Amino acid sequence: MNTTPIAARTPPKIVIKRPWNWQRITGLAVLAVYALLGYFMVRMVIVGYDPEFFGKYLPRMFHGLWITVKLVVVSIVLGALLAFPIALARNSRSRVLSGFAFCYIYFFRGTPLLAQVYLIYYGAGQFRPFLVEWGLWGIFRDAYFCALFTFTLNTAAYQAEILRGAISSVANGQWEAAKALGLRPTVTYVKIILPQALITALRPLGNEIIFMIKGSAIASIITVFDLMGETRLAFSRSFDFQVYLWAACMYLAMVEALRRVWDRLEKRLTRHLQRIAD
Amino acid sequence: MDLFSQLAWGSTGWGDELAAGAVVTVSLALATLPFGLVLGFLLALARNSEVPELQHAGNVFTTIFRGLPELLTILIIYIGLDIMIAEVVSLVSDERWELNKFFAGMIALGIVFASFASETLLGAMKAIPQGQPEASRALGMSNFNTWRTVIMPQLIRYALPGLSNLWLVLLKETSLISVIALPDLLRMTNIAVGATKEPFFFYSVACLTYLAFALISSIALGAIERWANKGEMERGMA
Repeated sequence: MNTTPIAARTPPKIVIKRPWNWQRITGLAVLAVYALLGYFMVRMVIVGYDPEFFGKYLPRMFHGLWITVKLVVVSIVLGALLAFPIALARNSRSRVLSGFAFCYIYFFRGTPLLAQVYLIYYGAGQFRPFLVEWGLWGIFRDAYFCALFTFTLNTAAYQAEILRGAISSVANGQWEAAKALGLRPTVTYVKIILPQALITALRPLGNEIIFMIKGSAIASIITVFDLMGETRLAFSRSFDFQVYLWAACMYLAMVEALRRVWDRLEKRLTRHLQRIAD
Repeated sequence: MDLFSQLAWGSTGWGDELAAGAVVTVSLALATLPFGLVLGFLLALARNSEVPELQHAGNVFTTIFRGLPELLTILIIYIGLDIMIAEVVSLVSDERWELNKFFAGMIALGIVFASFASETLLGAMKAIPQGQPEASRALGMSNFNTWRTVIMPQLIRYALPGLSNLWLVLLKETSLISVIALPDLLRMTNIAVGATKEPFFFYSVACLTYLAFALISSIALGAIERWANKGEMERGMA
């Protein structure tokens, strides 16, 4: 019997020929335009490299980045705290409470954030005697706190709407089962409804944070020196377009980082819902 | 002083100035819409295609403009276009060519709108079963007819809720154009506030005007949605 092994043959090389059609050519042409634009931008940064300019404005922009992060984190957290009662009011059976929450949400979602910021920052000046009397003038005089206050109210409206949708997406049977077990409404809410609702709310909440990061640039218009504010200041002093490119990179990095973190978080929090791969 | 008399028409009040601003706001949004829709549709087609080059081209564009703050996009487009045009013009002549602010705003808002719209349209394209274009090809329909009679009606229906939302967002985003001094509603309000020192009243009026636009839009969009879902409703009732 012949026991010599069969000589291994190398498998034939698979060559996938992709035809040249107008789609590929268009795609390549668009990519070439990107590359060209990218080349000019990089060249602008390299040719325009000036250690003094970098040393002067880059630290300021990083400080602005820190202000932006603070604005976003604080307003998102405070907005979340505010969103709970608003969402509950919106879902409540009381006509008055529900109507009030509806008006609040409709106003803040229906008007531009910039107009809201103007309304609160410049409008507060008109109520100065009143605010001084209440000891609140210190807050409303400061552009940073005004921006923070407006962003909080704004994101509370959006988050309340997200939360409301998520709460109503929890199946009715969960309520009924909890009632059948004799659980109190508060316990039902905290231990049964909210954990399920928050998982549904996770994705839209991530989007809301991204919108807040982008929207926070508006604070620069009322003279808050966040990332955008520092960028506009640097541009108005140097007329160097590259500061906008730096800012764009920073914003993109922030948004991309948040997206990645959120994906991780979502995977972690929904691990009981995922099937284990065979 | 009576606040509402400040909204009078003519030289005694700010009514006509604010109305002119509101017209600029609405016309900017209306001018951006077709541009943004066409660009968004092309982006969605590119991202939906089987050709990797086109996919990359579409993905890079949408990732960048979905991640940038709208304010930064507006400034980059406005200043960047201005620099580019100045460079090109300086090759040909010595004349200074000013970039039209309305046009720059339209481009910037349209690019942002298109990036988000491509996401909605892509989702809608993926929702249409592959078997339908295959079936229409088997029936001998031309590509154009397949798109017109089979894909488009469904695409509109699936994409309409998302696009309606984007329209409302666009309407609000036009307010950012006031930073490049286009005389839109918010810019005119700023001017009125500067002259009258009544910020709370005038900004409230501006906010209510935006709300009114949103309300009118949602009524109109509701009607369009009912029209698009007409077939569905009839089938449901039968």
